[in-house]
Amino acid sequence: MKRLVNLRPSRPAGILLGLLPVFALLLIYVIASDARLEANPNDKLLPSFAQMGEAINRLAFEPSKRTGEYLFWQDTGSSLTRLGLGIGIAALIGFTFGLITGALPVAYSSMAPLITVISLIPPMALLPILFIVFGLGELSKVALIIFGVAPFIARDIQRCAQEIPREQLIKAQTLGASSWHIVWRVLIPQLLPRLINAVRLSLGAGWLFLIAAEGIASTDGLGYRIFLVRRYLSMDVILPYVAWITLLAFIIDWLLARLSLWAFPWHHTGGAR
Amino acid sequence: MIAIDKLWKEYGDNVVLENISKTVQAGEFVTLVGTSGCGKSTFLKMLLGMETATRGRLLMDGAPIRTEPDQTRGIVFQQYSVFPHLNVLSNVIIAREFEHSPLMGKLFGRQKTQVIEEARALLEKVGLANAALKYPHELSGGMRQRLAIAQALIRKPRVLLLDEPFGALDPGIRADMHKLILELWREHQLTVFMVTHDLAEGFYLGTRLWVFDKVRHDPQAPGAWGARITYDLPVGKTPATTVAAIEQSLKLTEQKFDANTGETT
Repeated sequence: MKRLVNLRPSRPAGILLGLLPVFALLLIYVIASDARLEANPNDKLLPSFAQMGEAINRLAFEPSKRTGEYLFWQDTGSSLTRLGLGIGIAALIGFTFGLITGALPVAYSSMAPLITVISLIPPMALLPILFIVFGLGELSKVALIIFGVAPFIARDIQRCAQEIPREQLIKAQTLGASSWHIVWRVLIPQLLPRLINAVRLSLGAGWLFLIAAEGIASTDGLGYRIFLVRRYLSMDVILPYVAWITLLAFIIDWLLARLSLWAFPWHHTGGAR
Repeated sequence: MIAIDKLWKEYGDNVVLENISKTVQAGEFVTLVGTSGCGKSTFLKMLLGMETATRGRLLMDGAPIRTEPDQTRGIVFQQYSVFPHLNVLSNVIIAREFEHSPLMGKLFGRQKTQVIEEARALLEKVGLANAALKYPHELSGGMRQRLAIAQALIRKPRVLLLDEPFGALDPGIRADMHKLILELWREHQLTVFMVTHDLAEGFYLGTRLWVFDKVRHDPQAPGAWGARITYDLPVGKTPATTVAAIEQSLKLTEQKFDANTGETT
């Protein structure tokens, strides 16, 4: 018998092992839900899968009685728009500042301390200020995501820019490159895959800020909906929504990973000298 | 072509190079050897413009050398000196793109075809013709250094600086690279400065060998005295074996000294 540390599952066995805890959790849920519903058919805490399916069917495939809209898709659309705008603008701002401070020592001296300070401000503490300044509309929600994510991306890109071997920058200069050439042809192409990576890492925080802002002040959105139906203890809506948000987060992350592999194959081969 | 006039380099109290005076003619191939920390790499960096002299002058064609790297001095480092995000061909033509396109740093159309032709000829010479569309990570260490050399040559620098360029390569490949660099040196009439760890390399390559060594040594203050050029030998004209033996023993004692002081400080 091999030592436990040397025991590696084969590929199918590995997949099976990975699915095991998921099924175990689902099974526990079904048993618990059945037990509660048997005791009280009106119990709302642990709805059955049939009840959840019914709730989502109502929200996703039947027009709302009040507005005539398909709430589930409207919520998804609004949330994804806000998230996309927020993360997109944050990536643009973060990349710009990270690149400038990482590439130019003068810019680093003048801006890096401020960026560090800004990145230490808890973004949620800014939310009231954003509501006061930008009102309760779309802008304040997008602004929260930008405030929360842009400093992180800026610092990450700055660090990556400084980690590009100095030899490359000197080599470029011996080939006659100007500062602009170095930024445009040497730094930016090598930092783009790092940007994708930074965005992937910051998406979790992005979702957090989105749902928080929607929960506090909004009229639609995935976060708004789960905070709204909480009042009626509608776990049959909340649980599928949470699962849907998780699935969306997974898909976005996967798409970004594929994009990076497809667009920057040289980045994913490890130690290129 | 290059004149070194009473050159000193100090970092605070730490003297790295003391009082170096030499002249180098165009077309010479100078090999720089010495123990680690003896200042040979610092000297190369001063030629490149990354470091400035504390005292003394470093002249190229009678004028002080620019204190910033530029296209008159090409460089090949031991590693990291090719661009990982560009394929072999783009790695070479990028130099011409810097030259002809100040705004975009990129060439298109007829101009680009011309430059590609030039780059292909150069790649042919260094033996990378078949790898033109590969990325650096797909190349072996030796091929990567060939690429770095081709890159350094396309702007036709007057001086080629080599910082332990073959240090990370296998001996067999290193011999091929020696042949290549000698060929290119003759063909392009370059002035070459090469730093190396390998003493044999110093005797085999080039026209001139400089040995960097500390003449005086204070065990209480290892930084108080800097290195000088203790030997300046024309390669091939001295009985190489005896000189090598002397040098080897010199280096051993130097290393012992360093080890001693390293422990006490």
